[in-house]
Amino acid sequence: MDNAVKRRLFDVTVWTIGLLAGMALIAHEAMAEGMIASPTNERWKAECGSCHVAYPPALLPASTWRRLMSQLDRHFGVDATVDPMAGAEMVRYLERYAGTERRTTASTGSLRVTETRWFSHKHGEVPASIWRLPAVKSASNCAACHTGAEQGDFRHHNIRIPR
Amino acid sequence: MHTETLARLIFGLATTMAIPCPPALAATPADQQMRFDAELRAGGIPSDGFSAQRGEAFFNSTHGREWSCSSCHTSNPLAAGKHATTGKPIAPLAPAANPERFRDSGVVDKWFRRNCNDVLGRPCTANEKGDVLQYLMSLK
Repeated sequence: MDNAVKRRLFDVTVWTIGLLAGMALIAHEAMAEGMIASPTNERWKAECGSCHVAYPPALLPASTWRRLMSQLDRHFGVDATVDPMAGAEMVRYLERYAGTERRTTASTGSLRVTETRWFSHKHGEVPASIWRLPAVKSASNCAACHTGAEQGDFRHHNIRIPR
Repeated sequence: MHTETLARLIFGLATTMAIPCPPALAATPADQQMRFDAELRAGGIPSDGFSAQRGEAFFNSTHGREWSCSSCHTSNPLAAGKHATTGKPIAPLAPAANPERFRDSGVVDKWFRRNCNDVLGRPCTANEKGDVLQYLMSLK
């Protein structure tokens, strides 16, 4: 084989390896970005998950979780009381995997995940018409668009906007 | 101890441990009815039996507030419902369509406590709970 061909072959190989490595790195970043699953807790999944998506603990800071859990008798207009033992276990779980104060505190002092800074930041490009779709109905209905929400999977490629 | 006996013992233990624990579904819908009936008698309230007809009317009416039972469970409890606020699907309520319903007394009491508070603004009476369950059990 002559030297020019050898050099060409070498170049192609190096480029291919480089490209593949780059793609793997990007894929890895993207995956880490949208995955907010924390070790699951059966009590949390059953109690919180019967009326809405069991929101991953990382979506709110510990202080907000504590406040929310102390007023389950008027939980966004609904009685969501749990027995005290279950409540205590859930608070411990939520505190342990809670998000950081800076990112997840709502500027309004609200308890709503949908009013936190990161939520507004992440959903800024979603037009009002989509929020009003009957299949979405409420901004708390994560699973309407995030098809993997139940598994803590909020990655971009698993978003399907309903019609 | 003989080796054989020991082996049998170990085998026996291992088999016992391998049997999965059945879920805590000890009670039946009929057991729940007996509980509500006992609640009535403890309160000294005379009962002429629970009525599916009264239960159906109760289930589909509002009681001074925005929601009725059917707001989330729909007027066909054999079918799946949907949470009135969040839109989350709710499995059918009638035992004929969903055998897991009314099997765990703790779960039954929890949901009657919460939902009666949301629909009526007060706890349901044993008569109301008995009537509703009678209605749900009558659906096939």
